[in-house]
Amino acid sequence: MNTGGWIIMSLSVGTVSVLFFWCIYRVLSTPGETRHMHGFEMETPDEKDPRKAPPPA
Amino acid sequence: MATQVKESWNSRLGVILAVSGSAVGLGNFLRFPGQVAEYGGGAFMAAYFISFLIIGLPICWAEWALGRYGGQRGFHTAVGIFNAVTRHPAGKYLGIIGIIIPIIIYMYYVLIEAWCLGYAINFLAGNMVFQNASEVGDFFAAFTGAAANGSGLGMNGLSQVGIFLIVCFALNFFLIYRGLSKGIELFCKYAMPALIVLAVIILVRVLTLGTPDPSQPQNSINAGLGFMWNPTKVLLVETSTDAAGVQSTTETPVFGKAFIAEAEKKAASDPALAVKRVGIGDQLKKPQLWLAAAGQIFFSLSVGFGIIMTYASYLSKNDDVVLSGLAATSANEFCEVALGGLITIPAAVAFLGTAGAAGGTFAIGFKTLPMVFTSMPAGSFFGFLFFFLLFLAAVTSSLSMLQPGIAFLENALRINRQQSVAILGFMTGIGTLLVVYFSKDLKALDTLDFWVGTFMIFILATIQIIVFAWVMGIPKGFEEASRGASMRIPAIFGPIMKYVTPIFLLGIFFLWISENIFGYNLITGQASSSAYVEDLFGAQPNLVAWIAICLVILLAGFVFLIVNSSEHFRKLSHTEPFSKENP
Repeated sequence: MNTGGWIIMSLSVGTVSVLFFWCIYRVLSTPGETRHMHGFEMETPDEKDPRKAPPPA
Repeated sequence: MATQVKESWNSRLGVILAVSGSAVGLGNFLRFPGQVAEYGGGAFMAAYFISFLIIGLPICWAEWALGRYGGQRGFHTAVGIFNAVTRHPAGKYLGIIGIIIPIIIYMYYVLIEAWCLGYAINFLAGNMVFQNASEVGDFFAAFTGAAANGSGLGMNGLSQVGIFLIVCFALNFFLIYRGLSKGIELFCKYAMPALIVLAVIILVRVLTLGTPDPSQPQNSINAGLGFMWNPTKVLLVETSTDAAGVQSTTETPVFGKAFIAEAEKKAASDPALAVKRVGIGDQLKKPQLWLAAAGQIFFSLSVGFGIIMTYASYLSKNDDVVLSGLAATSANEFCEVALGGLITIPAAVAFLGTAGAAGGTFAIGFKTLPMVFTSMPAGSFFGFLFFFLLFLAAVTSSLSMLQPGIAFLENALRINRQQSVAILGFMTGIGTLLVVYFSKDLKALDTLDFWVGTFMIFILATIQIIVFAWVMGIPKGFEEASRGASMRIPAIFGPIMKYVTPIFLLGIFFLWISENIFGYNLITGQASSSAYVEDLFGAQPNLVAWIAICLVILLAGFVFLIVNSSEHFRKLSHTEPFSKENP
């Protein structure tokens, strides 16, 4: 591999690596990242079945 | 009976891993390195990063924003989401393609997943020892059933794909039955980090191979890296004339100062030889390079499948979509460029030379690499690791292909998870059986991959960006995307998403159709029939190709009937209209 190849490979690999680790850092450093994410929640009929319902807290 | 879905993600990292898992697949480790090598590292990467910025990222953000918007209105598939955004009765029909694409792709992708698992287990069992390329080809043909129709259904232990297909099919439906957080998210949370760790182990092994055979110094890891990344390709062109007086040329890449000097010396003394240098500028002038780079970004990020929209539809109103979208795409790019880009081709060149590194995704993955691992010290172990890595990447992708179908059936038919899993399992089971049965030359798989896995994806991606940028509108779309976001979409992406992305996408689509459907050669200007069109409308239509197309038509008809009759998509009353008064 010649000098140009090393430069292009380093730039390509470096760019995607820096972007990836920056994104992961930003995501993990956000307060409350691990909280439960409440989506659009509704119940299915089987979950309405009292026999399958979770016990009251 | 009102039956609805109760689904949500457990954590932000979980949804990012699930989306990136959907995107990371065989293309990252097999297709990408081959493309970089073919078009020259510098030129390809320039076109690749430009395509990433003007196609990949914009469509990805559009899918995330559209998905979350639709999910807030109770829609989890392209049908409902387009229905909610366009607020027009015809809108829902646009989304039908977003149901067909992932279901059909699953039908053949699960088979490729089974190949990966089968190769991994066979490496572990010590069955993958080959003396030459012909033996690898024979194993592939016997294992996949490419030799004859019906032979792919065999259950002859480890030497045929049948048992692995059953395992993969069962695993996918077990995980999808467990739901988003307990199935897909949980699996991706372990599979994605495991995949990266495995890739790093293999990468270290490959990069420390040096020159495996000292008697062939031109075949080394350094030469393999040069084959991929050198900006200027040096080719030794040999011109020969046959008995009929017809001239033909052969181009052989040359690497290393000593070998280039030797080639120049040969060329000086032999008029039939010449040394040719192809620089970045020359490469960038080729339309095929742009088509290849844009196509790689497009398929690698899984945009245009309708999957990201479905995944994002389970987010809540204020969950971030901008940073999450960027994180998922960057994870895919990291796996592709930093891991995949440094493993496959350098290893192939080090053991087999530049001629061995040529070929398509299947040829490199299932014929070249087994030969490479056979030649490598501790090759069975590293072969197992590599194909298990591909298997994990394939499972995280195939899982994502099932979720839009499950969500569609639950939404439209108002059925619960058990029923939707049973119906989808039956449908995909029939489709996969057809693909496995008609395995000769992988014709059914190839036909579906071309018309659905490529052609239809272009169409859906174009619809998505137009719906986001022109129907929803950039101001409303950016406002929707920015709600709860950890970062804002840079303003420059407004005009990019409105004008540049659709125009670039349509341009690429036009070039693709010219070359692959009308058979128009973009360099020579010559036109010849496309094999895929010939299979359907040629003098001797191919029965298997038509069966594959009929499968797609049947599924489209089934989805159309459901969409047309479902109350869920007919009522727009529960959605909020787009207006300044009611933003």
